[in-house]
Amino acid sequence: MNDLTPARALRAAVPGAPARTTSRGPGFSRTYLRLELRRFFRNRRTLIFSFVMPPLFFIIFGAQSAYRTEDAGSGHANVTAWILVSMALYGAMLTATSGGATVSVERAQGWTRQLRLTPLRTWSYVATKISATMALGAVSVLITMVVGSFFHAQMPWYAWILCPLIAWVGSIVFAAFGLFMGYLLPSENVMQILGPGLALLSFAGGLFVPLDGGWFEHVAQLMPTYGLAELVRAPIAGGGVPVVGIVNVVVWAVLFSVGAAWRFRKDTARV
Amino acid sequence: MTTTPRTPTAGATPALSLRSLRKDFVAAGAPVHAVRGIDLTIRPGEVVAFLGPNGAGKTTTIDMVLGLSDPTAGSVRVFGKTPAEAIAAGQVAAVMQTGGLLRDITVAETVELTAALFGTTAPAAPFLERAGIADIADRTVAKCSGGQQQRLRFAMALVSEPDLLLLDEPTTGMDVEGRREFWSAIREDAAHGRTIVFATHYLEEADAYADRIVLVSQGRIVADGSAAEIKNLASGRTVSALVDDPTERDQVMETIRAIPGVDTVEERGARVLVRATDSDVVARYLLTGTTARDLEIAAENLEDAFVALTTVGTASGTTQDTTRGAQR
Repeated sequence: MNDLTPARALRAAVPGAPARTTSRGPGFSRTYLRLELRRFFRNRRTLIFSFVMPPLFFIIFGAQSAYRTEDAGSGHANVTAWILVSMALYGAMLTATSGGATVSVERAQGWTRQLRLTPLRTWSYVATKISATMALGAVSVLITMVVGSFFHAQMPWYAWILCPLIAWVGSIVFAAFGLFMGYLLPSENVMQILGPGLALLSFAGGLFVPLDGGWFEHVAQLMPTYGLAELVRAPIAGGGVPVVGIVNVVVWAVLFSVGAAWRFRKDTARV
Repeated sequence: MTTTPRTPTAGATPALSLRSLRKDFVAAGAPVHAVRGIDLTIRPGEVVAFLGPNGAGKTTTIDMVLGLSDPTAGSVRVFGKTPAEAIAAGQVAAVMQTGGLLRDITVAETVELTAALFGTTAPAAPFLERAGIADIADRTVAKCSGGQQQRLRFAMALVSEPDLLLLDEPTTGMDVEGRREFWSAIREDAAHGRTIVFATHYLEEADAYADRIVLVSQGRIVADGSAAEIKNLASGRTVSALVDDPTERDQVMETIRAIPGVDTVEERGARVLVRATDSDVVARYLLTGTTARDLEIAAENLEDAFVALTTVGTASGTTQDTTRGAQR
């Protein structure tokens, strides 16, 4: 155990210096987590990206009345629901990507270096960022699902739980994506590139439009968005376990994580 | 939990102890010897300037003291502890040159967060007060001037009430007024017995604010002493003359070394260079007692000494002899 707050002769000598509470340095600081959440809500751009765009996209693309009666594949859900869970995933992905990217932006700004001058460990920093990101991702998914429930999305009760849950948990892959990309794109406005980039990937991976065979589907299967889209829609799309989707998710998860860890370590050695 | 009180001013344990410290790294494919063997002991309560030109190894040394990078060889001890232990104990803190701030939070939030990371619930206000930025507590970091950001870094450094405070070129980019305000805040704080080490390439800053100046160049300490002692290095004049005959030159140099007030005697080709406080005696001897010709006398100021001491290959061997504080 560290003597983090020993009685300090010096402090006693400094008039007006506040007495310190006796506690060990934080493995995890709730103050930091709260501040992270506050920072998110202050940033209008990320707020729109995560909380406004996904439900808006759903209303634009998914709320047409024709979709209400069209079957999503399994016979238990309509296309409105299919688009709804896709957009919920899109929101979770955007939030996670943006959260991951801020880590590398903050490193570039010397913030993580500054943190190394405090008792906070690197893992606590990453854990704080991921916790905040995932909490916000959950809110994003929830908002989209609630909006969807008002627009005639129909699916079995278990799909109402499973689809958003898979979207939320799976989006962690994109936290690694954001982290990795944040290192590769040395810009404070990395999300200005990643935002549209993610939209393109979503189109290419069949998240926004259904894939109906042909060469396009083969290309789509290689996209990092494809696997998660398939997994999220599996409970309502029919067709059983999406094996190709699972392989896709695992491969991209490994690639992004290895890439992020590689850059992360390289960066730590430098600073 | 250890609650043993420390007595940082007892003097038994040095605030900072560097032993044969070296740091090499590879930049653009070529090896760089940033720090080439630094031995330094700083006692608790000292205010020390780490003075040297850009690229002298000041920042590299500070990084090693803070544990931000590992030495290639040698050791760093902060109050007898490793840098990581000293950081964890909050005994050492730093004001870095740039970066290290989140731009989208306020000044007060930054300090509150820093306090939280040190496991305290102390309010930010007293620290902002001491750093002189209480009036901009609610301002976003991005909207602060360079000087205000620097004082914010200072406030953050105060949070752990460090016994040793390191400042890396703290006033770079500040205007005269900002620089003065920043230093008055630091000085006020140092009056309470905190050990302060600051890197700077401003002579006046070292002269005005440090009790002791450590002159570094090319990754080595070239002079170490009080501001007055360092100034003494420069208070003399340089007398130089050509002495063509090598045998006579050796004798002349021998004789001059024995003259009181002579600091250094050097040979550069046929020219003998003498740095002395009493240049008249040396000049009179050279002109009357030897065959010396082409005699020159040049006055030196602190700037000249700084340049002389920190320029590559210039007298670096002999000036070491003149450093009075180096054996501390």
